[in-house]
Amino acid sequence: MTKRTIIPFGPQHPVLPEPIHLDLVLEDEKVVEAIPSVGFIHRGLEKLVEKKDFQDYVYVAERICGICSFIHGMTYCIAVEEIMKLEVPQRAQYLRVIWSELSRIHSHLLWLGLMADSFGFESLFMHTWKLREGILDIIEETTGGRVIFGSSKVGGVRKDVSDEKLKLIVEKLKKYEKEIKEITDVFVHDASVKHRLVGVGILSKNDAYELGAVGPTARGSGVSQDMRKLGYAAYKNINFEPIIETSGDCYARCMVRIRELFQSIDMISQAVDKIETGPIEVKVTGTPNGEFFARTEQPRGEVIYYALADGGKFLKRLRVRTPTFSNIPALLKILPGSELADVPVLILTIDPCISCTER
Amino acid sequence: MIEEQKIINIEVGQLQDKVKGCFEQGYRLVQISCTKLSQGLELNYSFDKNFEFINLRVFLSSADTEVLSVSNIYWNAFLYENELHDLFGINIKNIAIDYKGNFYRTSVKWPFNPPTEAKND
Amino acid sequence: MPFFRMTKTILKSLFKKPATVKYPFGGARVYHKNTRGKVLIEVQNCIFCGICQRKCPTAAIMVAKTDKKWSINRLRCISCGACVDVCPKKCLKLDTQYTPAQTEKNKEDFKQNA
Repeated sequence: MTKRTIIPFGPQHPVLPEPIHLDLVLEDEKVVEAIPSVGFIHRGLEKLVEKKDFQDYVYVAERICGICSFIHGMTYCIAVEEIMKLEVPQRAQYLRVIWSELSRIHSHLLWLGLMADSFGFESLFMHTWKLREGILDIIEETTGGRVIFGSSKVGGVRKDVSDEKLKLIVEKLKKYEKEIKEITDVFVHDASVKHRLVGVGILSKNDAYELGAVGPTARGSGVSQDMRKLGYAAYKNINFEPIIETSGDCYARCMVRIRELFQSIDMISQAVDKIETGPIEVKVTGTPNGEFFARTEQPRGEVIYYALADGGKFLKRLRVRTPTFSNIPALLKILPGSELADVPVLILTIDPCISCTER
Repeated sequence: MIEEQKIINIEVGQLQDKVKGCFEQGYRLVQISCTKLSQGLELNYSFDKNFEFINLRVFLSSADTEVLSVSNIYWNAFLYENELHDLFGINIKNIAIDYKGNFYRTSVKWPFNPPTEAKND
Repeated sequence: MPFFRMTKTILKSLFKKPATVKYPFGGARVYHKNTRGKVLIEVQNCIFCGICQRKCPTAAIMVAKTDKKWSINRLRCISCGACVDVCPKKCLKLDTQYTPAQTEKNKEDFKQNA
């Protein structure tokens, strides 16, 4: 009769970027069950919306998460603009697309570095984060901040970027593309990396759909689901197809994110070709009255903002459901049956962003 | 409008049958949320299939009304239902993994729906 | 056997100069023109209307009209630039340097000479 032991994983662990706690039930090094425990950084940001003017809340919405901050601010602005039926000018829509894709590139590079760190490949981690610094420099030149952009507002964007600067950005990204390809080749072909990733943590297509997995976690198992196809904010003028892999293991999810990196660089050059001249914002008058569900695609999956307003200066209710909250049941499904040494790799493969999860 | 968003109002008793119908038609559960109205609470279940977005709305007159959990149909609903219990005090029965009020550690019990004796809304 | 794919990259970086600088003894941090640092005021042009105090999301600015004093709590400021956008006399601007570290939590006052 094998003995069962319970090992607590987290909230402090060198591999986790943010605190989450899991109780792992083990039988001789194989995980049998896992029970999650969240709530370490619950800040009550949904209640703050009753005290802050709806235009001032953008600053709070951007700071829900540090890695996916621009898309949170943009989704809040889209929700309020659709309630008030504002028509955002085209130049602002294209600038939002460019900043969203830059956000996606830097988030995937961050994740690739953490993944290399989780199986002990320190020098690959350092090289990947060196490439990320180049992207953060581009973001700082255009918006003023490296991580928190501060460039969304209800009705448009706050800062404009000149056309010559946009062309310089595209040239810089083409130079980075060669260096990024050299580093991602190691993830794709190196035999010791493949040994840790192939065949580990398999999630079947049915499970991924029924358990509500979103983002690269679902696309790595064959579910074709990308919220950018909804066509918000100038995505309807850009050609792209969601990237899918079918094997459903950690290697497939890693491949999806690497191919999305190169797809984002291509999307930025398409957007810079098609951008039009014009104003960057529209004036906001009156107060919102109505409700709307705004859905956009963050680097980790689908985020949904539900806003309810009744004509006053404050919104009545704001509900944010972030992608990691939806991916946790998928994590609890792939953990049983795996070895204890693979647990950090499995937890990182869903890309946990716990500060988003708990707002 | 970017997309069409349908809202369907149903009763508490019809919840299990309607959710089972959605599951059999192939919808996936997107989120469960709650809003505190001036009189009572309103639960909102969102489903999506191929960018077709529907919402089931249930009106509860008070937080003590018993609601049966849908985690026997959609297993991932247990996270949302524990959060609803911790923030609003809604009484949900038979959740798949029940944290019994310890999911979020808040300093105020049921912050969105405080249990005061003289509630005058 | 595709082992050691990293060897070329590692050998190149052994013989190039490092990607980091030994701050503060090596190079300095490069600030761009648009970097949002701390808030600066030209207090002689200020009319003490108080709009910046109302718009600040963290309540870091305090305006006293009778004393002709404008003060800011630098540790509360998040460098968002909302005050710069709404000032009617355009006497506020964002410097490119960040707030320096301080040992006490106090406010910085600017008084207008009579």
